[in-house]
Amino acid sequence: MNSITARRRHPFARYAVLLLALSLLGGVYALLAPGGDRADAAIASGKADDVTAGKELFAAHCASCHGLNAEGSYAPGGASGPSLIGVGAAAVDFQVSSGRMPFANPGPQAPRKRPPEWVSPDTVRQLAAYVQSLGGGPTKPSLASVDPTKGDPAKGGELFRANCIQCHNFVGSGGGLTYGKYAPPLNPATPTQIYEAMATGPQAMPVFNDSTITPEQKRDMIAYIVGARNQADPGGSGLGRIGPVTEGLVAWVVGISLLALAAIWITAKKRQANHD
Amino acid sequence: MSLDGPPKAIAGPANFIDERIGAGTFLKRNLRKVFPDHWSFLLGEIALYSFIILLLTGTFLTFWFKPSMAEVAYNGSYGPLVGVHMSQAYESSLHISFDVRGGLLMRQIHHWAALLFVAGMMVHMLRVFFTGAYRKPRELNWIIGVLLLTLALVEGLTGYSLPDDLLSGAGLRITEGVAISLPLVGTYLTYFLFGGEYPGEDVISRFYSLHILLIPGILLALISAHLILMWVQKHTQMPGKGRTESNVVGAPFYPSFMAKSGAYFLFTFGVVALLGTFAQINPIWLFGPYTPADISAGSQPDFYMGFLEGSLRIMPAWEINFLGHTLPLSVLIPALLPMGIIMTGLALYPFAEQWITGDRREHHLADRPRNNPHRTSIGLAAITFYGILWLLGANDVISSKFHISLYTTSEVGRVVIFAGPAIAYYITYRMCIGLQRKDLETVVHGVESGVIKRLPNGEYIEVHVPPAEDLLALMQGKKSIPAIEAASDGEGVPPKGMRNPLGRIRARLSEAYSADTDAISLDGGDGHHNGHDGHEAPHAAVGAGGDEAKSIGH
Repeated sequence: MNSITARRRHPFARYAVLLLALSLLGGVYALLAPGGDRADAAIASGKADDVTAGKELFAAHCASCHGLNAEGSYAPGGASGPSLIGVGAAAVDFQVSSGRMPFANPGPQAPRKRPPEWVSPDTVRQLAAYVQSLGGGPTKPSLASVDPTKGDPAKGGELFRANCIQCHNFVGSGGGLTYGKYAPPLNPATPTQIYEAMATGPQAMPVFNDSTITPEQKRDMIAYIVGARNQADPGGSGLGRIGPVTEGLVAWVVGISLLALAAIWITAKKRQANHD
Repeated sequence: MSLDGPPKAIAGPANFIDERIGAGTFLKRNLRKVFPDHWSFLLGEIALYSFIILLLTGTFLTFWFKPSMAEVAYNGSYGPLVGVHMSQAYESSLHISFDVRGGLLMRQIHHWAALLFVAGMMVHMLRVFFTGAYRKPRELNWIIGVLLLTLALVEGLTGYSLPDDLLSGAGLRITEGVAISLPLVGTYLTYFLFGGEYPGEDVISRFYSLHILLIPGILLALISAHLILMWVQKHTQMPGKGRTESNVVGAPFYPSFMAKSGAYFLFTFGVVALLGTFAQINPIWLFGPYTPADISAGSQPDFYMGFLEGSLRIMPAWEINFLGHTLPLSVLIPALLPMGIIMTGLALYPFAEQWITGDRREHHLADRPRNNPHRTSIGLAAITFYGILWLLGANDVISSKFHISLYTTSEVGRVVIFAGPAIAYYITYRMCIGLQRKDLETVVHGVESGVIKRLPNGEYIEVHVPPAEDLLALMQGKKSIPAIEAASDGEGVPPKGMRNPLGRIRARLSEAYSADTDAISLDGGDGHHNGHDGHEAPHAAVGAGGDEAKSIGH
């Protein structure tokens, strides 16, 4: 006791106590908090198996670019990929179910394509559970929260025009961006994928999180997008719904060509035979 | 009463009118007016008839359109916009589209007719340009045509802005940007146009007056002047058998040309109705109402403004800041330069050509494009210049549909806009010369009859027959391009007027413009003997075999 009594007034004692307290707090948090959450969440949802299966799928199909622990990798000119810690299950579900990931040919942007054989709703769920277990992030929305019939298309349309159409075009037909990137057409995307894209901001797209656009507003937007793409064009062929470019093309290729042919027909004369 | 004369019910009023305004003589003289026949002479009528359709459908649209920017909440039958706030102009456009019987069809016919109106003017203008039909005495009519085209662009722009949907707002914003970029007057002009800060509450009603009253009125007056001048000056005709500078060979206005022209109106109306029925144009309900904060990908103007859009898109971001004033070259240059080059160039070309060639004669026979290679090349270079800008106006669509990087399209565009016209000029020039040589070959050697003849000495020759008379006349209608007298006299002194720098430029241009013109002579046997002596024997055989071959060939 004497020694402690003697040293507790040492000039460095207060720092030692502070250091001890901090390390204790940090150590306990590091040991318990995330690990506990991860285990608890997985166990609570009965998805401990999903995480294990997902880890295996990840090692087989994703790790070559994203690293064995999803920490990401960078190799100039080679297989590179960002860290996936914290991107959430929604990002995995969006990228893999739309066929964008795994990325076949490195390029400015991953195109939508037919997913490989191993991709199924089950494997996507497992992979998503694994990535979710690494650091949380946006989760896959419930079916009810993306149901177009429950949204208000008029409100959704205003949000869609304010936030989406500058890249995706006025009915979601897609548009070009810089450096070989592009805003893809929204027509093939499912309501869930549209929601996930807004929540995670894949590729060149910004994130529209729940404080920017609430889940209800997202559902309104989905209602508008799905409604617009299912809408029959009342004026005839929609001409690709990409605006005046195709209209001009049709005016010349169909309109002027037909009228030139008509003019040739009207003024046509029988060739006179050579009477020399 | 004899049965020869018209019934009294017709003869009476007809005499009444005839005795007072002399309509009979007028009609007798004008119904017999002869019009030459060539399909390309009908192209201008596309624009004329589209204009008539525009007036009729436009009148229909005015019955329901409300040119007001007052804010209302939509409560019509288009579901996805119910409850959305919008201007009354947009609301009434939606009303026409969804709640007026036949309204959408009329809107679509009006818009398609507008596109064909401008496109028809363009193809008509190209025909006039490439055949040299703008030459004396028709320069004034050419200038009226250039004015018509310019006004049609303004008419189109104002019409495009009226529905007040998101797309039309984008066009309006660029219009404002161009207006405000003008040095000194820009800000005043914008304030006058918009009645204050953009977008204000006045622009739609102002554009409406311009679109339905002022510009159509001027267009109608100019179109009438255009037609009257054409009537008075008579139509040009292609060179051919019996066609001279002082006659017109063709069919009389009544009944022949009138029937054709009437049929062509029905064709134009048919095509426009077909497009209006089956091809959706400007779906304003999909764009939504205009708010200055929103913009859609793929926001393009109608095609005739596309070249300005393209020039704006490839322009580097240049600006000059001087004493607190900004000169936005990145807007000024693309907005004014291409328009200036094309419209001013068009208006001045007839006079420039006269100045260069010194040719002040009247011309009523059209040139075949190949026979004036420099003019044709200038035309093709201008088409290339215009076409590249037009294409680049859609560079985002090209980028997204063909997977080409957007910046690549702009960077390539910046090079091609200068290189393209030069390449087009060279290629066109060589093609014209090549086609002239082909004509020479036909004139001199005739056309292949497909008959191989064996001569008594065992030699085989291919029998050529002379070309059909009208074809020959068409080819031999080639006129040489005159040049000004610029050669120095014996003491090395150039003629008067050619001694100053401008005169020297004129002399050199004139020399270049008429170069190659007489190298290929199509007027009979002259060309035949130039460097063709080696082939004398076979040609004699061709001549000898001509009669026989004709009976086989025909």
